[in-house]
Amino acid sequence: MMTDDTNKIVNESGIEIKTLYTQEDVEQSGGIDNSRSGEAPFTRGIHAEMYRKRPFTMRQYTGFANAAETNERFQYLIANGQTGLNVAFDLATQCGYDSDAPEAFGEVGRVGMAVDTLKDFEIAFDGIDLEKITVSLTINGTAAILIAMYLAMAEKRGYDVAKLRGTAQNDILKEFIGRGTWIFPVEPSVKLVADTIEYCAKNAPKYSPVSVCGYHIRESGATPAEEMGYAFSIAKAYTDRALDRGMDIDTFAGRLSYNFNIYGNLFEQVAKFRAGRRHWAKIILEQYQAKDPKSGWLRMIAGGGGFGLTIEQPENNIMRGAYYALVGALSGAQTMALCCYDEAYTIPTPKAQRLSLRTMQLLIEEIGLADTVDPLGGSYYIETLTNEMEDKIVEAMDWVDAQGGIVKAVSDGVIQAKVSEHAFRRQKDVESGAQRKVGVNCYVDDDDEKPEVDLHPYDEDGGRVQIAALEEVRKNRDQAEVDRCLEALRSDADAGRNVMAALVAAVKAYASVGEMTNVLVDVYGRYDEPIRF
Amino acid sequence: MAQKIKVLIAKPGLDGHDVGAKVVVRAMMEAGFEAVYSGLRRTPEDIVKLAQEENVDVIGLSILSGSHMPLCGKMRELLIKAGLEDKLWVVGGNIPEPDRLPLGNLGFRGVFPTEARLHEIVDFIRENA
Repeated sequence: MMTDDTNKIVNESGIEIKTLYTQEDVEQSGGIDNSRSGEAPFTRGIHAEMYRKRPFTMRQYTGFANAAETNERFQYLIANGQTGLNVAFDLATQCGYDSDAPEAFGEVGRVGMAVDTLKDFEIAFDGIDLEKITVSLTINGTAAILIAMYLAMAEKRGYDVAKLRGTAQNDILKEFIGRGTWIFPVEPSVKLVADTIEYCAKNAPKYSPVSVCGYHIRESGATPAEEMGYAFSIAKAYTDRALDRGMDIDTFAGRLSYNFNIYGNLFEQVAKFRAGRRHWAKIILEQYQAKDPKSGWLRMIAGGGGFGLTIEQPENNIMRGAYYALVGALSGAQTMALCCYDEAYTIPTPKAQRLSLRTMQLLIEEIGLADTVDPLGGSYYIETLTNEMEDKIVEAMDWVDAQGGIVKAVSDGVIQAKVSEHAFRRQKDVESGAQRKVGVNCYVDDDDEKPEVDLHPYDEDGGRVQIAALEEVRKNRDQAEVDRCLEALRSDADAGRNVMAALVAAVKAYASVGEMTNVLVDVYGRYDEPIRF
Repeated sequence: MAQKIKVLIAKPGLDGHDVGAKVVVRAMMEAGFEAVYSGLRRTPEDIVKLAQEENVDVIGLSILSGSHMPLCGKMRELLIKAGLEDKLWVVGGNIPEPDRLPLGNLGFRGVFPTEARLHEIVDFIRENA
């Protein structure tokens, strides 16, 4: 909440909040949307019965050290009632380096699981029923490789890939704006995303190859309306690339999914999700003229809230997490993942992860959030704000168009500069107290102690163990087959063909993430970051 | 009038979190310093080279992945070898309390955890550069 001297309240997206909302406000802002849940434009929810039929999937972000330790934590979360997995990878894996590459020094297994070859996936998902537990891979720069690896692992385990569900993050455009695990220049990076969309539509039609992330753009400084607007601009870019290949929109649009943030003003977030669902349906069903209403579904994971958490008075993060979860549940998200209270400073402990899980379970079991669809629908405030947020989302998309589209805005660095300027202003507002932050710039106690926390220890030996395992795989694989597969990959990349089939073959031959990335770097080059302030 | 203080803000290692680094660059500019930003994923060698080429007074590292100890150790070695030990070295990021003293001992005179305020960083540089 932002306040100024005149006691005016303006939300982060720039909408002035009135003291009281009435029927008149709803009408003046565009009227009430009387569509039912499960009916286009899905303002109230993409499914008719929403959580009555199936509560949101709970999918805490997890992964560290090596595949075996990650598998152990997966089993722990599943035993505690988690219904999906959300895999964190270490930075070497995310940036396309093998664990023994010099660039990976000190990073192996640090912020997520290290993955070098298919062997690591076989261990990580051992004993997990991939039909019951859907898996989301938080991977971008090397997403094409890791999707190939996931499909190959499932196939080897005897699953029918044509029926396999799951999600990859695979939103490279947002990596250039925030998060930063890009590898190739913008154009070939977007081409790889289109490759995964095309390949999955043909071979793994239930798999969601892309989860467009407003989330990280918001974390990087964007307002809630911009978060959604920029995400839509990105999703449209991927959609256009797929259509350029002659694909029918109804064969892939329904498998695009989204990842949004839930921190901030509760009502603004709920209105953002309602407005976003409506607007995305309009884009796909009206602009792109999809025939299947499901193509216009804004399927999403809502969660995180990392930027809202503070290192000061860290127990407050438990409360924040609960309110953020409430936002997610009121918003009709398909999946939820909460940042843990200790996540502002470490990889979450099992205790903190269980607490986040319990927070979500409480909402369903005790607080009544799964009882009825879109419980805030019909509120004068929410309906007015939904209309106003949609206008703001359109404004954000128009700004992107005025820059020549999202691909150009990213290549030129103008969107990065805009978002980072916001982040600077946001930081200054917190420091000046214009933006209130409990325990940080108000309600600060003199005796506030530095958080005493169980930090997740980084295992310096872990890197060596991972490297030894990689050497073992290299020794035992058919090297001639690996070489042949890497050459086939190079030739497909060179010719501008879809590289997914070549990646699947290379993965099955136990080629490593670094080897495959290097071939693609040879062909596509590396991204040169525009520095712009 | 004294020469403008010139500051390099650099991102070593694979960590992609650049929100803080960019915010600090803007704070440096607003404070009247000359700021150079390295961009993401620079090796310690790249950063030392950039510091020499740009002839900066301050070398600031931003590290949020938890790799600050090995990276700052490596930076110290290279900075001394390049004859940059008389420059002001600072580091910021996700740095737990127990690591702050060891980082100081490595020669990073300013250590700024994520909760540090911009004016603290600006004041420190103004007084020590």
